[in-house]
Amino acid sequence: MRDISFKEKGLLMNDGTFQKQVIRRTIAKLLIPFIQLFGLYIIAHGKYSAGGGFQGGVIIGASVILYAIVFGIEDSRKWVSQKLSDILNSTGALLFGVIGLLCAIAGGMYLEYSELIKENPRLASYLGIYAVEIGIGITVTAVMITLFFETARRTDD
Amino acid sequence: MIIDFLLLLFLVICAIGAVYFKDLLSSTMILCVYSLVMALVWARLNAVDVAITEAAVGAGITTVLLIAALSRTKRGEEVRSQKSEKKSITVHSLFSLLIVIATGAVLVYGTVDMPDFADPEAPAAIHVSPRYIEKTYEEVGIVNIVTAVLADYRGFDTLGEVIVIFAAGICVIFLLRKRVY
Repeated sequence: MRDISFKEKGLLMNDGTFQKQVIRRTIAKLLIPFIQLFGLYIIAHGKYSAGGGFQGGVIIGASVILYAIVFGIEDSRKWVSQKLSDILNSTGALLFGVIGLLCAIAGGMYLEYSELIKENPRLASYLGIYAVEIGIGITVTAVMITLFFETARRTDD
Repeated sequence: MIIDFLLLLFLVICAIGAVYFKDLLSSTMILCVYSLVMALVWARLNAVDVAITEAAVGAGITTVLLIAALSRTKRGEEVRSQKSEKKSITVHSLFSLLIVIATGAVLVYGTVDMPDFADPEAPAAIHVSPRYIEKTYEEVGIVNIVTAVLADYRGFDTLGEVIVIFAAGICVIFLLRKRVY
């Protein structure tokens, strides 16, 4: 009876041994969604309060690093694969550059957001800054993940 | 006012401790505390954007990355050989002391002309800042002036910063990734 309830909670492994590091695994599982939500809040809310793409990206990256510390790098690579983080590395910087280029195509200077929508330059600036912050957030998140995953020593080297 | 002095004093103590300890993991932890106190100092100066950056980057990510780097090197500092262990006052060490004292004196002399701590009349606060404070909402349409300056007025600067971060990631991939041929 007892064994089943432990199994249901994922604490009893298939080979009959109990899972190690229960406390930090539980705490990490509990905290990571909130950390990521806070990071997204900081990115999206940078226009009204402290923060922005860089800070929010660092916080989201830190949540993935927390997962990697607790569950191991191999397991966390199943969540954020090497290919995904490599692609995201450049996606954010590319998004920033493309927004700047769109401004130039719309008739302004590079990164002059107010030229994007001629009738409402303030809305255009608002949206331009929003997109740029998201771009910064994507690149910073991916680079922080990459820096940790490539720097930390793995079991195979 | 007293809390500012205490925070700055604690910063100096942390900095000395980080240099003093031979165990690099201890030094890393002290640097983490240093960044956290520094974030408090920024918050005291009403620079909340810098404070949140310092707390997230300085106290959070940098500590983890330094520990990750430590996992690839030795944890302690290199023990010096017996020869340099002798504590004798040579001309070389006297000369070094003289240079350090002279540099410190020049730096202290330089602080005499600096504006007071958190002075609203400081040159940095009266030159271009009023322009941003008055015109940001009108021109950019967002209320956080720091974000407006970073993403709009100095957009090129921020683009450069993002490229630098991107380049750091690419360099780490090229240098440290285990390639499978």
